[in-house]
Amino acid sequence: MSDTQVYYLAYLVKLLVVFTLAVGLVPILVYAERRVSALMQFRWGPNRVGPFGLLQPFADMVKLLCKEDLVPERASKVLFTIAPALTCIPPFLVMSFIPVAPSFALAGREMKGVVVDSPVGILLLLALSSLTVYGLAIGGWASNSKYSLLGGLRSSAQMISYELAMGVSVLAVLCVAGTLNLTEIVYRQTQFFGFDATSGNWAGWNVFAQPLAFVIFLIAAFAETNRLPFDLPEAESELVGGYHTEYSSMKFSLFFMGEYIGMVGISSVLVALFLGGWHFPGMHALGLQPGTLPFTILGLLVFLAKIGVLLFFFIHVRWTLPRFRYDQLMRIGWKVLLPLALLNVLVTGAVVAGS
Amino acid sequence: MEVLERVAFYVMAVIAVASALLVVVNRNPVASAMSLVGTFLAVAGLYLTLNATFLSAIQVLVYAGAIMVLFLFVIMLLNLEREPFDLPGFGRIAGFALSVVLLFSLISLALNATARPETSARGGSGAEIGDVFFSDYLFPFEMASLLLLVAMVGVIVVARRRKPEEEEEGEA
Repeated sequence: MSDTQVYYLAYLVKLLVVFTLAVGLVPILVYAERRVSALMQFRWGPNRVGPFGLLQPFADMVKLLCKEDLVPERASKVLFTIAPALTCIPPFLVMSFIPVAPSFALAGREMKGVVVDSPVGILLLLALSSLTVYGLAIGGWASNSKYSLLGGLRSSAQMISYELAMGVSVLAVLCVAGTLNLTEIVYRQTQFFGFDATSGNWAGWNVFAQPLAFVIFLIAAFAETNRLPFDLPEAESELVGGYHTEYSSMKFSLFFMGEYIGMVGISSVLVALFLGGWHFPGMHALGLQPGTLPFTILGLLVFLAKIGVLLFFFIHVRWTLPRFRYDQLMRIGWKVLLPLALLNVLVTGAVVAGS
Repeated sequence: MEVLERVAFYVMAVIAVASALLVVVNRNPVASAMSLVGTFLAVAGLYLTLNATFLSAIQVLVYAGAIMVLFLFVIMLLNLEREPFDLPGFGRIAGFALSVVLLFSLISLALNATARPETSARGGSGAEIGDVFFSDYLFPFEMASLLLLVAMVGVIVVARRRKPEEEEEGEA
């Protein structure tokens, strides 16, 4: 096999790893969600199927697959069918822009730890993640049911509103990083902590350089993934089930999967932008040579651990906080988060320009 | 790679044209809006084949991600019925004539075009675009932001509640 062939084969493996990461985390997350919520409420949670109930996700899957696939009368059939896929695809695409591991040398070339390494990666990422809203809005509309429609409308209003605050908070990070390339942003965070006089930029994890942007992004992340306390689009006490009220069987589970992959995706973005990506202080001292496969795998594991912590936080918040009222949600987004994010950009810009 | 590029171009072009046709042909306004999203995405793909990554990202972010969502939002709120609309005879003829003229000018443009648009080797990175914006095109750039500000102020003036007693209750 020639070097080029090895390279392309490794590329395919890389794609497969990222894809498996996104899909594979979903059943683990569903199981973790049920177990953690049970722990928090002094219940047992699923513990019958397999040891510690570990096979519960598979039982769930079989159940969902065997359910009758209903399409409501007078629903718009084509749109009703494609809507679940529309929610599922963007989070996958987002994952392809995340540098999940450091690069390593392969067949005389550098193999980057990211599927798509674009000079404007962060913009493409934001662009693709903004497409998630279509699945929810179209799903709600096509169901021809008032609860679904309200859920769909809520989701589109909510996601547009919080995208603004999210985008502006990212802007401040871009100011300190001085680049739109995600690999570069992560690499910068792996350097020493503090002000880098030679490049005129901040180095070290962005969460320390930009704590306010981190908090704003984190709050917006909850709204973008429709998780409690911002799960208004599917508020069961008001809207039965929100945008997926009329869905059943595999279509419903696609919505479900979309939500969880979305969580994985947004956690990955948080890790890459703010928490140093695959970097961990002291990992260079472990004796593994940077630029080799073992070091890359170590980086991937660190990345996974960080996502895990964030995902646990997502679950923990869901079972701790009550749901916001809709006007409160809008007020926080527009009157608190957006002005704060703008102020943050202003101050950051002044500091970066002044130094 | 030349072949792959060609294939990518034709796939994107076919999607763009087909979904653009669907926008016009569809009777259902929501389906039309979704087809328009398809057109925007395909055009963004065409930008990618031209190595204009930045433009492509902005195309998806602004048109597909924001503007069309608002369109969809309004269409859903208006709850349009699927009613066939009839233009008066004169309007039909005028519209047909106009489209024929447009079609022929497009075809002649396409036939006369020889060179591919030149694209930057740096892949249209953010820094490059920023450089151009803040040097050669500073005035138009600032004017555009002023225009947006005017539009924003205008919207707020139009949407503002008139009566002071209504100000107190229920926000957004």
